[in-house]
Amino acid sequence: MVIWDSSVLFDHWDRYMQGFGQTVLASLLALIGSLIIGTIIAILRISPYRWLNVFGAAYVEFLRNIPLLVVVFFFFLGLPSLGIPLDGFSSGTIGLMVYTSSFIAEAIRAGIQAVPKGQTEAARSSGLSYVQSMWHVVLPQAVKVVLPAVGNQMINLVKNSAILGVVAGLDLMYYADLISSDTFLPIPVYTFVALFYLVLTVPLSMAVHYMERRFARSNA
Amino acid sequence: MDFAGAYSWPNLRFLLQGFWMTLQVAGLAIVFSFILGVVLGTIRYARIPVLSTVIAFIVDTIRNLPLLLIIFFIGIVLPQTGLRLPVFWAAVVGLSIFEGAMIAEIVRSGLSSVDKGQVEAARASGLSYMQTLRHIILPLGLRRMSPPMVSQFIALIKDTSLAVIISLPELMRNVQVLSGSSFAYVIPALIFASLLYFTVNYSLSLVAKRLEARQT
Repeated sequence: MVIWDSSVLFDHWDRYMQGFGQTVLASLLALIGSLIIGTIIAILRISPYRWLNVFGAAYVEFLRNIPLLVVVFFFFLGLPSLGIPLDGFSSGTIGLMVYTSSFIAEAIRAGIQAVPKGQTEAARSSGLSYVQSMWHVVLPQAVKVVLPAVGNQMINLVKNSAILGVVAGLDLMYYADLISSDTFLPIPVYTFVALFYLVLTVPLSMAVHYMERRFARSNA
Repeated sequence: MDFAGAYSWPNLRFLLQGFWMTLQVAGLAIVFSFILGVVLGTIRYARIPVLSTVIAFIVDTIRNLPLLLIIFFIGIVLPQTGLRLPVFWAAVVGLSIFEGAMIAEIVRSGLSSVDKGQVEAARASGLSYMQTLRHIILPLGLRRMSPPMVSQFIALIKDTSLAVIISLPELMRNVQVLSGSSFAYVIPALIFASLLYFTVNYSLSLVAKRLEARQT
């Protein structure tokens, strides 16, 4: 029995590329969406209105403590059961977006709260408005905490996007399954899948590592 | 939506059986990944020539792969070449390898954060490097790394749901099966599963918070 054959990569390059493209697309769409939702939730959490705080906190705590698959199944199985059909790619991507937004919200909130209160007070007493002091004083300092954390979430997003394979989301995992059942060579087929994921995650990890070291130095 | 029908005793029992499976897999994987993580993280921290570099490379590679792929590889791909594991153990092994790599990194950075003065003082008092590691660096570092470690265990419990890909009858697999039997069961089953995961994980996250508060 043949176990290894590198030619699967070249013979099925088109399908690999299709899956890779969808994996990248799902990750990017989910990233953009989760940045928007995450920022809104973070603002709710630090806003001076109690009910908004409670809503923001409940959103974050609930989503952070349940598996991504529950969220994805809600869109993939739950909505169709209510008469709203959604395909695998959409439900996987929307699930990723909603799930990741809770982690992004937490990262942004932690970043803003890492800036000492004295900074805001000094800015306010120098005559800056709340929004001005946020924009010119707090946010530029919060970026040092938020950016590496968001980078880590990007890495998680790419890895978590493999969940599209569970809901037939036409991603790398899905196409790998097709290639594997055509060739009967699962070992090389999935080894190349692993390499495709590493092509995305390793540079991201290196960027995050660089940022962390760079910002640690600027704090010293 | 028929909540009363969905929450019939046979359905609830079926979901709870899945949850029991989830807890068993999670429990074993927590133990194995902790041991693996402490060993690999300590070796990486100790900068042993060649060995530390090789382990760093393996740990970083695993950390950068989707866990779903790792579980699939152990549970579906390897069996096709003759290396057969029961799905239960495939899930435990896959989770332990991946989460072990994540914990190794937590351990490494926890050990690195131990004050250099402590290490120098221990060495100057005549402790060997191994003694310093065992009695000074590990106890101090472990205390500091316990909050992120508990967070990682929460992630592990959530990650057990990925074993649906190898059809392990854990909670999410049973939600999937139940959903297949009637449209009316989908949302109630998802709500019940969410509550089970949430209860366990939220309690653990309070433990993590308390550990964190005690350190400052």
